[in-house]
Amino acid sequence: MVEEIGKTAEGDLIINVGPQHPATHGVLHLIITLNGETIKKVEPHLGYIHRSIEKMCESLTYRQFIYTTSRMDYLSAHINNHACALTVEKGLGIEIPARAQVIRVLMDELTRIASHELWWGAMAMDLGAFTPFFHAFRERETINDIMEETCGARLTMNYMVPGGVMMDLHPNFQNRVKNFLTLYKRKIHEYDELVTGNIIFQNRMKGVGVLSKEAAISFGVTGPAARGSGVSCDVRKLYPYEIYNTLEFDEILETEGDSFARYMVRLREMNESIKIIEQLIDNIPEGDFQAKTKAVLKLPKGEFYQRVETARGELGVYIVSEGGTTPYRIKFRSPGFSNLSCLDHITRGGKIGDLIASMGTLDLVIPDIDR
Amino acid sequence: MLNEELKTIISEILPNASFEETGEWLNIGLEAADWIESANKLRNFESMPFNFLFCLTCVDWKTHFTMVYHLRSTTTLDNIVVKVKLDREKPEIITVSDIWRGAELFEREVYDLFGVIFLEHPDLRRLLLTNDWVGYPLRKDYEDPINMIKL
Repeated sequence: MVEEIGKTAEGDLIINVGPQHPATHGVLHLIITLNGETIKKVEPHLGYIHRSIEKMCESLTYRQFIYTTSRMDYLSAHINNHACALTVEKGLGIEIPARAQVIRVLMDELTRIASHELWWGAMAMDLGAFTPFFHAFRERETINDIMEETCGARLTMNYMVPGGVMMDLHPNFQNRVKNFLTLYKRKIHEYDELVTGNIIFQNRMKGVGVLSKEAAISFGVTGPAARGSGVSCDVRKLYPYEIYNTLEFDEILETEGDSFARYMVRLREMNESIKIIEQLIDNIPEGDFQAKTKAVLKLPKGEFYQRVETARGELGVYIVSEGGTTPYRIKFRSPGFSNLSCLDHITRGGKIGDLIASMGTLDLVIPDIDR
Repeated sequence: MLNEELKTIISEILPNASFEETGEWLNIGLEAADWIESANKLRNFESMPFNFLFCLTCVDWKTHFTMVYHLRSTTTLDNIVVKVKLDREKPEIITVSDIWRGAELFEREVYDLFGVIFLEHPDLRRLLLTNDWVGYPLRKDYEDPINMIKL
């Protein structure tokens, strides 16, 4: 491994991007081999924020381990918690109340929008446009305020528990969400005007970092990154959980597979999430927000796998249980990890400047990769 | 497709496989020696190629390791789980990173945390931990007095 700027035997330049680099959004370290400006190889170097969550979970009970997962993909903390709660419920065979299901889906979709908002602002900033960041955060703050009011936290919510959600919705919730919907609809056209239609932006995105459909499947890429290549992989559609099979929304697919396609998928996906929220916000059923569960949860002996669609792709939780109060082995199949594996493939042969665009549209969250 | 139907189809292409009915998906048990050939057959199976490796991990059962491969066919959306037992003293298995390219990073992670050697892997190095780390943290007998979290 090369620790500092150096040259290979062939005279290629080796440079390090990160671990402290504004465009890596965290502590991702890329070792890049360059021939002039052309990328010959990109090698991710991970582990700067590895906390060994999987090992920790082995000594935490089924109620406790969920909290560690908020710290994996911190931008879709709700959805991570949701996946874990669903796995435990699957093991225990708990039916959760209708109200809890609706609340969970509402929270998931709000999280998805917030995550895509942040991605949009941060990605534009990577490409040198600073203003979109403030536009994105204007809407995202509204969602964070909603979360804060109901869950008590803005980022690591820890709101979903086995059996339902931790507490009931705040009385203001519906009004707040409706205000957000109005705000969002009034402002969303600015996103297209500011960034999407910008010719400089389009030139930097189109034809850059092309990921073919076959490669996307082979690398195990999921989420918007794969849907930009035309791979149908939305878990909400393919393997519906909770009430997603009763909701009306489209799976967004683009076929070009370049950075612009991935960008468009995310932008259009936000509108689908808005559609889901609109269907549910006036129809939250009355009733319990949590099923009655025992104080100490014991999963039967066996293996349980549950996947959900996070903002970045397919998150799988694999629990091997020996019948005790703690999992014997737990594995998080995090979407970022698999999406990262295609980075070398899509950037090789391109220019170093395009690396940032490709990386930005893969939407990597480093704690999700390192776990 | 029901697990029973899948079982019939897969037992035809993989005559050496053993089946078990734990969990929601069909579990296929294979010998480490047969794995690469079987993996190729599953990947190139005409009516439903299992072309999507969505999870690759390992479980330490104290007496042996079990490699767990979760596969999905993007044409029929069927899921299967392939399990390969490994000797704990000498955990070695052939890589599948040339069949499913995403396996390369997954296998490096398993090597890093379990110490399973993937033969013919293009770049088998530690992934998350530092190069001079001693031991494999996800093994059940791993003890680290400083960094260990025990409750």
